[in-house]
Amino acid sequence: MATQKHTIVALVLDKPGVFNRISSLFRRRGFNMDSIAVGHSELHNISRVTIVVDGSTVQVEQVRKQLEKNIDVVKVTDITQRDTITRELALIKVHANPGTRSEIIQIVTIFRAKIVDVSADSLTVEVTGDTPKVDTLYKLLKAFGIKEIARTGCIAMTRGDNASI
Amino acid sequence: MKMTGSQILCESLTKENVEVIFGILGGSILPLYDTLTQYPQLRHVLVRHEQAAAHAAEGYARVTGKPGVCFATSGPGATNLVTGIADAYLDSTPVVAVTGQVATPFIGKDAFQEIDITGITLPITKHNYLVSDASFVAQTVKEAFYVAKSGRPGPILIDIPKDIQVNQSEFDYTTKLVMPGYKPTLNGHPAQLKKAARLIADARKPVIIAGHGIIISEAYDELKELAEKAQIPVITTLLGISSFPGSHILSYGWLGMHGMAYSNKAIDAADLVIAIGMRFDDRATGKVSGFAPRAKVIHIDIDPAEIGKNVKVDVPIVGDVKNVLKSMNKYIDVLDNREWLEELEELQAKHPLGSFEGEGRMVPQFVIRKIWEATRGEATVVTGVGQHQMWTAQYYTFDRPNTFITSGGLGTMGFELPASVGAAVGRPEEAIWCIAGDGSFQMTMQELGTIAQERLNIKIAIMNNGYLGMVRQWQEMFYGKRYMATPLGCPDFVKLAGAYDIPALNVTRREDVEPAIQQAMENPGCFLLNFVVEPEENVYPMVPPGASLAEVMETPRKEVLTWPRKSTL
Repeated sequence: MATQKHTIVALVLDKPGVFNRISSLFRRRGFNMDSIAVGHSELHNISRVTIVVDGSTVQVEQVRKQLEKNIDVVKVTDITQRDTITRELALIKVHANPGTRSEIIQIVTIFRAKIVDVSADSLTVEVTGDTPKVDTLYKLLKAFGIKEIARTGCIAMTRGDNASI
Repeated sequence: MKMTGSQILCESLTKENVEVIFGILGGSILPLYDTLTQYPQLRHVLVRHEQAAAHAAEGYARVTGKPGVCFATSGPGATNLVTGIADAYLDSTPVVAVTGQVATPFIGKDAFQEIDITGITLPITKHNYLVSDASFVAQTVKEAFYVAKSGRPGPILIDIPKDIQVNQSEFDYTTKLVMPGYKPTLNGHPAQLKKAARLIADARKPVIIAGHGIIISEAYDELKELAEKAQIPVITTLLGISSFPGSHILSYGWLGMHGMAYSNKAIDAADLVIAIGMRFDDRATGKVSGFAPRAKVIHIDIDPAEIGKNVKVDVPIVGDVKNVLKSMNKYIDVLDNREWLEELEELQAKHPLGSFEGEGRMVPQFVIRKIWEATRGEATVVTGVGQHQMWTAQYYTFDRPNTFITSGGLGTMGFELPASVGAAVGRPEEAIWCIAGDGSFQMTMQELGTIAQERLNIKIAIMNNGYLGMVRQWQEMFYGKRYMATPLGCPDFVKLAGAYDIPALNVTRREDVEPAIQQAMENPGCFLLNFVVEPEENVYPMVPPGASLAEVMETPRKEVLTWPRKSTL
């Protein structure tokens, strides 16, 4: 079965253990999670979770239903097929010396990323964008030697007036 | 008025009409047990192992339809519940398990008898709670019972630290539940109901597969109305047995690995499968790609996640089975499927269930058939897991609704005796028949102590073949007859029963079977029958693992089982 990355948005009660319930479900049912990002939503006591999952349409529909079965989960939507804005943020600490620094800065500028920290032999870059953009920048910077990378995982929202979920 | 957490818990249980608790106490649940002395209306049944408390709660829930309640202490008490909770989870049985926990300041410190039971039971409960304040107890219990019972039922665990049991709070049971994440769909979508009715009207070879959902939602009459009106044969799942009278003219056995060959062949030939309150378990479907290859599928279930999980569905209907059938039946015309029913009669004649006679040998099928005769097919029968379970399902024809209590999904050996305890408490007016295997029975036979102490009316029939029989059968068929670890020594079961003051008999000859059953029935209270049966008898028919239902292996013997069937019941 052809697999594809799906973006799932869930509203969940802001209670202890909810995150554990979600991750346990993915582990137990053998669903493949690419990334997960959690934060407050516009609703009181409700968090918003964005999960990127790799799977066939049938598998991902199972993921959605199994998530929705959870009593602490209020609503789940697969927004893959919709017109969405997806973003993630990454911090990349890259090796830099006087010889390579300007080249790195040029690449960073093209990507409209920012240098947020400079030290004797490294630069730390902050980049936001969709996953392919972050991946591409990462690939380019790899040539200089990556010391460290931290990524937030994807968050997503549909375009237009209507709420995503 | 202020009350302790324990009092609030007991008050809440009373509000939920709880009559009985199965449990064992220990350090972390002592305050709650101390409070039980103030609540004589809450009967406590002391079991001998916490696993039995959970199974007994299941047995009680299965026969009464009400949530079964069990108590255990922290640590080992709680972990011993796990098998029973998992069993309840897989068979959609409403159970509320309450465990004591070490006092709040000790949580996370690896204190004596501390274990993270909410973490452990997370994947095997419908929901669970760690109560962090006495003021949350009432709300938690109310929510627990509501969730356990509603939608697709399941087990709930409430973990209460020892200090919360003694801390005080106001008791208020009037607050409304606010559960934005829990809204079971109860009624089928009208457009889907009409679509289903149209498929049923157009089908030439329809079959109904009736599952546990019929029993849980008590949709017996609605199922019968659908079957009779549209003249559709009814095949049940293992847990669907006793959802439809076994001797009804439209009853065509049950499906799956050890279901009747004619049932499996009927599904193979069908052009429409109406699956009601069942979940296409692999033991039921056989090789899923070969399941009902000619059929469209209507799937009715209350759990949306079951739709399309294993089998592709043409018309999904999410809702409570009783509601759905009630509304759907309005769109069903009186139909005549005579040709199909005649075809099925032929199929049944060609692929019958083997005879229980066993060429005059002391076979377990014969014993079970004799129990059926003696109880006129009316008894509540509880089984363990293994060959005896399959023979009971095959040779005891269930006509009375909800009388076959067995462990289906988890397949828990040792289920029979403790589940019988719960069933006997739930149906005190009748004798419960506990049909056991010698292997299965030895897993939980300590519950003879509970039965003796509570004077429960349970007739125990052990099919004693000296083997872990089902595994032996697999070794014989698929592992070159190498009987590794399946020959099983047994204690003298009659002496064992005697130690508990339970009357018992060894039965080794066919002619003694009937009188022994009579003697057990005439004896008031518990009686144990140890039937020493053919050691290497196999369960047939059998769909070999990995094969499709149509590839069922049939009984090698020629004698066949027939019994009169009635046109209405």
